[in-house]
Amino acid sequence: MPTFGNGRRVAIIAGVRTPFARSGTALKDYTAIELGRFAVAELVQRTNLDGASVDLLVFGTVVQSVIAPNIAREIALLPHFPKTLQAYTVGRACASANQAITDAADQIALGHADIAIAGGAESLTQVPILHSRGMSDVLVAASKAKSMSQRVATLARLRPKDFVPITPAIAEPSTGESMGQSADKMAKLNGISREAQDRYALGSHQKAAAGTADGRLTAEIVPVPLPPKFTQMLASDNGIRSDTSYEQLAALKPAFDRQYGSVTAGNASPLTDGGSAVLLMSEERAKALGYTPLAYIKSYAYAAVDPAEQLLQAPVLAAPIALSRAGLSLRDIDLVEMHEAFAAQVLSNIQGLASVEWARRAGFSVATGEIDPERLNVMGGSLSIGHPFGATGGRVLTTLCNELARRDQQFGMLTVCAAGGMGHAMIVERA
Amino acid sequence: MTHAAGDARSEPRVVHDAEVGVTMHVEDGVAIIVYDQPGSPVNTLNTRVGPVFDRIFGTIESDPTITSAVLLSGKVDSWIAGADIDELANVATAAQGEALSRGGQRLLDKLAALAKPVVAAIHGAALGGGLEVALACPHRIATEHPKTILALPEVQLGLIPGAGGTQRLPRIVGLQVALDMILASKNIRAKKAYQMGLVHELVHPSILRTVAVQRARQLGRGEQPTLRVRKHGAAQFLLEDNALGRRLVFKQARETVLAKTKGNYPAPLAAIDAMQRGYTDGIRAGFDEEALRFGELTNSDVSKQLVYLFFATTALKRDSGLAHGVAATATPVRKLGILGAGFMGAGIATVAVQHGSLVRIRDASLDRISSGWRAVRDILRERLKRKQITRLQMDDMLAQLGGTTDYSGFANTDLVIEAVFEDLAVKHQVLRETETAAPNAIFASNTSTIPIRDIATASSRPDRVVGMHFFSPVHKMPLLEVIVTPETSADTTATVVQYGRTLGKTVIVVRDGPGFYVNRILAPYINESGKLLDQGAAIGAVDSALTQFGFPVGPITLLDEVGLDIAAKSGPIMAAAFGERMQRSITLTRVIESGRLGRKSKRGFYKYDDAGKRLGVDEDIYLLTPTLGARRQFDPEEIRQRAVLPMLNEAVRCLEEGIIRSARDGDIGAVFGIGFPPFRGGPFRYLDSLGAAVVVRQLDALNALHPGRFEAAALLRSMAASGTRFHPIAGSPA
Repeated sequence: MPTFGNGRRVAIIAGVRTPFARSGTALKDYTAIELGRFAVAELVQRTNLDGASVDLLVFGTVVQSVIAPNIAREIALLPHFPKTLQAYTVGRACASANQAITDAADQIALGHADIAIAGGAESLTQVPILHSRGMSDVLVAASKAKSMSQRVATLARLRPKDFVPITPAIAEPSTGESMGQSADKMAKLNGISREAQDRYALGSHQKAAAGTADGRLTAEIVPVPLPPKFTQMLASDNGIRSDTSYEQLAALKPAFDRQYGSVTAGNASPLTDGGSAVLLMSEERAKALGYTPLAYIKSYAYAAVDPAEQLLQAPVLAAPIALSRAGLSLRDIDLVEMHEAFAAQVLSNIQGLASVEWARRAGFSVATGEIDPERLNVMGGSLSIGHPFGATGGRVLTTLCNELARRDQQFGMLTVCAAGGMGHAMIVERA
Repeated sequence: MTHAAGDARSEPRVVHDAEVGVTMHVEDGVAIIVYDQPGSPVNTLNTRVGPVFDRIFGTIESDPTITSAVLLSGKVDSWIAGADIDELANVATAAQGEALSRGGQRLLDKLAALAKPVVAAIHGAALGGGLEVALACPHRIATEHPKTILALPEVQLGLIPGAGGTQRLPRIVGLQVALDMILASKNIRAKKAYQMGLVHELVHPSILRTVAVQRARQLGRGEQPTLRVRKHGAAQFLLEDNALGRRLVFKQARETVLAKTKGNYPAPLAAIDAMQRGYTDGIRAGFDEEALRFGELTNSDVSKQLVYLFFATTALKRDSGLAHGVAATATPVRKLGILGAGFMGAGIATVAVQHGSLVRIRDASLDRISSGWRAVRDILRERLKRKQITRLQMDDMLAQLGGTTDYSGFANTDLVIEAVFEDLAVKHQVLRETETAAPNAIFASNTSTIPIRDIATASSRPDRVVGMHFFSPVHKMPLLEVIVTPETSADTTATVVQYGRTLGKTVIVVRDGPGFYVNRILAPYINESGKLLDQGAAIGAVDSALTQFGFPVGPITLLDEVGLDIAAKSGPIMAAAFGERMQRSITLTRVIESGRLGRKSKRGFYKYDDAGKRLGVDEDIYLLTPTLGARRQFDPEEIRQRAVLPMLNEAVRCLEEGIIRSARDGDIGAVFGIGFPPFRGGPFRYLDSLGAAVVVRQLDALNALHPGRFEAAALLRSMAASGTRFHPIAGSPA
């Protein structure tokens, strides 16, 4: 049973992203909005799109700007579009761009839109730093003070500890467990060895380096001029280590559970800045305008697990549902793009997909199947390319569709795990 | 005249002059005056509307039921754009001009002296006489709107403000600010006008009328609103509030003007004189001086030439660029492709993104794209620094620029301009690539040397091939030369002419040929300047003789600025096409061979320091001249004749051959393309003022001394014989 019951197919025309840069490096001076603008502006130009024909723009982001929380609307105000282009921002943790894409696809399938741009952007350099609760209470009270003496008296209530700012942590609000601790726990629960993780991470870097060297990865990138001097442009991802070795990875100390842990900075995805955007159209509009779609969205699914259990295992539940909605089995899938938050998570997901027990939890009696390593993340993944939370979904879909087209293959599946114990899977097909 | 409609019309004190477009009616004691000149996009001040205003001011004064008044414009986004220039152009004597000024002064004196306050409610441009009207009103309210601009631009037409502006402005905004506004014809935006005290209040356009009427009523009751008062700073106190300081200010202003104009423009000095007179001998004497000088200037040659250029430019804006009777459809250019991210490509991109085009720029490497992007950003940054654009506007303009090393994103371009290396094979290659990648685009070449028809031979659709010759630096130079071949279609021409205007350029359409028009008339001028060096003239002497003539820079400086590599490219092409009179000088040839590139390599005829600042003539150059180190004195008049006459002569040849369509286009091309002295009106106006016979005589004399270089054009000779002119009647457009 396909996701879209009414027969309107949603075509993926093209995707563009900024290079992904480790936080605090090349793209540190850009806000998420600016990164999103780079991707969308180039998408419009590269696809020869008439900006006035776009019906909808949806964007995902995780760490929202306090000043401009609807980044989608700020991006939609690019001069490429009429000011009448409506736009909204969505949040589903690391699957935020996926949420933007499926929202836009739904709108097209429903007939509410024919052309939509969806994507995501994230600056993990420019994150809002919050005042302490004590400080904000006093500041609010002081702003309401009626006289100078009242204001001074209010401000005098401040204590040294109130001045300690709160920086956002990548931790679950419900469990207090950080993402890394969760991954470490998953490694232990599923028996994923340190060596397996490091070898997987090494492969990710090697495949990404190859994809960069031969231009397959850079083809989806818009070069971005680099502040402050603007003498250079960044045209490829700066976190890919083509020269890393297993020995180097194995030498790293565990980053979370320092005594018994196996998750290190080398087998976890780095904090990253970047933006991505995808152009979606109804099949008939794409045909009418003469576009050759990269692929069509066949189906998708979202699922969730108890975040206290295995935080990043929900793709294992989403994948069989998406496959079932597409009327396909894992054997039919030519290429798989699996978001790599941690090597431990990828290996746990693969294990889960092969297990009957996890299949049962998703409501199926047989295991989803074995993932063929030759078809998985053929140009690396978030471990090497980087992971700007809100933008990754756009990158994964673009990479998958472009590579399917290059290989002239038919079906592709992507999965993304997300904070809160959530997971996403999407099936795409060519023509 | 909607403001006077309905029951208001039946009231006796209503003025409704449909002929000049002025109406007045009274609302609860406030006289509402609306000016809406029929048949014109803007309101101008002329001798027909003057008496109507005079009568209205009389009514306001005498009618006891009127307590105050508001002056509004009925135009969209325009207040009063100044004096009627047609009337000014028809002034035949200085006395007539003076009378015009005195009439304006009297009218505005009456306005200023009214016992009942008049509020100027300004939305849109208040220019020249328009601003003078506002200055005579005791209260001014402006709208905070980009179209609301206040200025006294009279010196641009070789005139000075003639209706009291030289006296009232300094007394309102201060002497130095007023000098700056008048001498530099500065456009003042509403916000700035408020900050400097030029207007009393700033409001949103939607409430202008309401606020103005309320304010007028309040002032009419004798209540003074509490408004911010402009404070005199220390510098202003020292320099403006005492006679000694003012004398220093005036002295400095004169020196600055003379340094800039080399004495070729009398108007700025006259403005300074009138302002100073008002301070030394009192405001009445200042008014007298203003009227006297205004009268002189209206009848001056300089003003007549500048007014001519104003008319010619205005006429060009309405010119489709096509032959008479040819109709064509101009397609708007929404996406522009540019080939080559070098200096010219980036310059064109900068102008295009500022005028709302999406720009796709292609070059061979990311590094070149990157440096082009940076060049665009640098120019926009400069505009941001000068507060001409906002940060957001700059970001949006930059976002409109996309780069590629292939032809991705070219498929929906409407126009592709190539600014690649000046080599025919390269041009042919990119033309073919463009025709595949951009199936609907017009292909325009920005070449300055290669004939367009030679480029078009590679085209499968030569009707869509055209030349767009921008001048460097593109964001500053106002001219665009559009070059058509016999095969260029009318639609193609119409499209690029319209787009050129969208980019804010003054566009002339010329026929294809080596050097087109501008570079062709430049070539003999540059060559002859070089030959003067061959014969021992000093570099400084040649440059200064021609800046004295009125060129913004001398010919040798120009070579350094444009780049000697560019000169090296174009020289042989011109010589091959035109023979002896375009032969390059020995000096220039040797300097090119020495590897100097001019300013860009910090080595040219002049020396430059590491930061690119020019230091002075590089004396080593003289060793490359045929006379070696020996220099001799030349009469500046000889330098001028030898350099300028061949330029004029070549311009006549271009007219004769149909390269340019009219003497008007020839004048505009030279003034806006090479900075031919505007006060001389352009080559053809200058020829008219010298007289064809005189010029032929001078050319013949030079040709006797230097055979082959100064052969007078046939057309010039026949005009000398018949005593005809290029511009039939002095003072009117061609």
